[in-house]
Amino acid sequence: MEAKAQKIVKSSRMRNVASKLVSNKAALLGLAIIVIIILLCALAPLMTPYNPTKPDFSAQVQPPGGAHPFGTDKLGRDILARVLYGGRVSILIGLSGAVGGMLLGVIIGSLCGYFRGWLDAVFVKVAELVSIFPQILLVLVLVTILQQSMYNLIMIFIATGWVATFRMVRGRFFSLREESFVEACRVFGLGDLSIAFRHILPNCLGPVIVQLTLNTAGFILQEAALSFIGLGVPSGTPTWGNIMNAAKEIVSINQYPWVWLAPGLAIALFVLGVNFFGDGLRDALDPKQI
Amino acid sequence: MSENKDILLSIRNLKTHFHVRKRVIRAVDGVSLDVRAGKTLGLVGESGCGKSITAHTILRLLPKTARIKDGEIIFHSRKRQPVDLLKLQPSGKEMRGIRGNDISMIFQDPMSSLNPVYRIGDQIVESILEHENTTRAEAMERALEMLKRLSIPSAEKRIREYPHQFSGGMKQRVMIAMGLICNPELLIADEPTTALDVTIQAQILELMQELQRQLGFTIILITHNMGIVADVADDVAVMYMGKIMEFGSKEDVFLRPSHPYTRALLKSVPVLGNSGRDLLEPIRGSTPDPSDLPEGCSFAPRCDFAKPECGQAIPYVDVGNGHLVRCVLAEGREVRDGQ
Repeated sequence: MEAKAQKIVKSSRMRNVASKLVSNKAALLGLAIIVIIILLCALAPLMTPYNPTKPDFSAQVQPPGGAHPFGTDKLGRDILARVLYGGRVSILIGLSGAVGGMLLGVIIGSLCGYFRGWLDAVFVKVAELVSIFPQILLVLVLVTILQQSMYNLIMIFIATGWVATFRMVRGRFFSLREESFVEACRVFGLGDLSIAFRHILPNCLGPVIVQLTLNTAGFILQEAALSFIGLGVPSGTPTWGNIMNAAKEIVSINQYPWVWLAPGLAIALFVLGVNFFGDGLRDALDPKQI
Repeated sequence: MSENKDILLSIRNLKTHFHVRKRVIRAVDGVSLDVRAGKTLGLVGESGCGKSITAHTILRLLPKTARIKDGEIIFHSRKRQPVDLLKLQPSGKEMRGIRGNDISMIFQDPMSSLNPVYRIGDQIVESILEHENTTRAEAMERALEMLKRLSIPSAEKRIREYPHQFSGGMKQRVMIAMGLICNPELLIADEPTTALDVTIQAQILELMQELQRQLGFTIILITHNMGIVADVADDVAVMYMGKIMEFGSKEDVFLRPSHPYTRALLKSVPVLGNSGRDLLEPIRGSTPDPSDLPEGCSFAPRCDFAKPECGQAIPYVDVGNGHLVRCVLAEGREVRDGQ
């Protein structure tokens, strides 16, 4: 009897989620892509002998092959080194912006959706304000006040990225809080915070995770766009977006495709991995999917 | 309503009103009830008569628009001093300690009363872990035992399954297990079988009676089904527009119904095998606007025996043996509310 009960406890929900993830090929592939790219970027100094920012005028725009497997750009900088070092910044911005925004949106959305009242009224107005306010203006203001930096960019992404998650979570809470299982929780004496975060919130996580993967991809691309107009990460620091900016000129589009193809593929691959993994995670968290 | 040691819950002159856009809806308007320990009280009435609000008032789980205007609900628990539930903070520690632990509730719709993302075992132990100082493994063992008691086949396997893997009747059994896991003294069952088909209804009711015999808890059974009340209740309270119209033992209320409303209700219940000549008699008219109830007896506008006196406040009359009727036609000893 004792052993049986132990067994029941042991096969917890997290283990179940993990086993479902492992059996999902696409999710595993996604996870593998994410892990490999992150590892490569983290271990960049071991992967390439080149300095990503140091120009080498003896080796300008060389096609891939030989000493430079991905070729070099117009200043003779090794593309592989730039993509690897740039990935550190891009991934950090994309992931931390998306995760931060998700956490903020989930917490505020849960509290507003559960308690409603003045708290909800205030944050709905704030969310409206944020979503109608042009992001570019916000970036301009912040850059002017604080100066250009990676951390400011992350802050801006968090400050603007929580709104979609907030709305989704709040909306789900509005319908879920009327379900009788919530009333049952109250009848069994559970407290408000426990009901909101432990019982209602897990029912909203599917769309939240999809939003997280979309935001990760979106922020990496937005960083590229902001860097393009000189408002993102300072141009001295390589990021996937910054490297692609080399493709501003018609010449490089026509004649040196490797200059923008490598960072472009890196973005596409990473975003793909995040999407695969996010999809798998969403299915694994849904008990109705076997 | 005499003082009695066997009384578990005594409600006196309970008034729960809703304030909706300047209108006052008197959902519960002067309810007095005694619930005998270890027995089943059937609280019957049509939709909107205030039976669920009465139950929610007992648990102090009312929406924000509700106001408890008056009354007291004394809970004579074996475990603690008698306590007036209306004097406790609705979300305070004491009330939360009573909820689920001493007074528990099960709901009408088993489909939505279980959280779809948790295994049923995890949901059942939640209540134990909230109220008692015990380990998860021990709690799981108790949950397993309870599921077996509710005759859920291969409980060891099913305790690890999710709600969507259960049928309606099985879900209601799980719900009952959740309600009873902390060994409460009072179980409020709010239309527990309404969403189930008739054969499952009978099974669930039988199961509840069997468990009541084993564990000795008290049931308040809220229903609009006279048949179920006749089947399982010991005492019956008939409620109409926020008031108890008639209260007494099952035998008294069913065999000697003294309020025209109770009689009308009994006449409108279909009986299997009824010949075509015995037509059902619906109650004429419809329920009055709850925000604009008539003075005196709220059933008077629909009553065939209405008199001018019906417009005044009507006292309870004891027509014998604690069989109370709120009607001018009833003859017997007058009883004031609160006695």
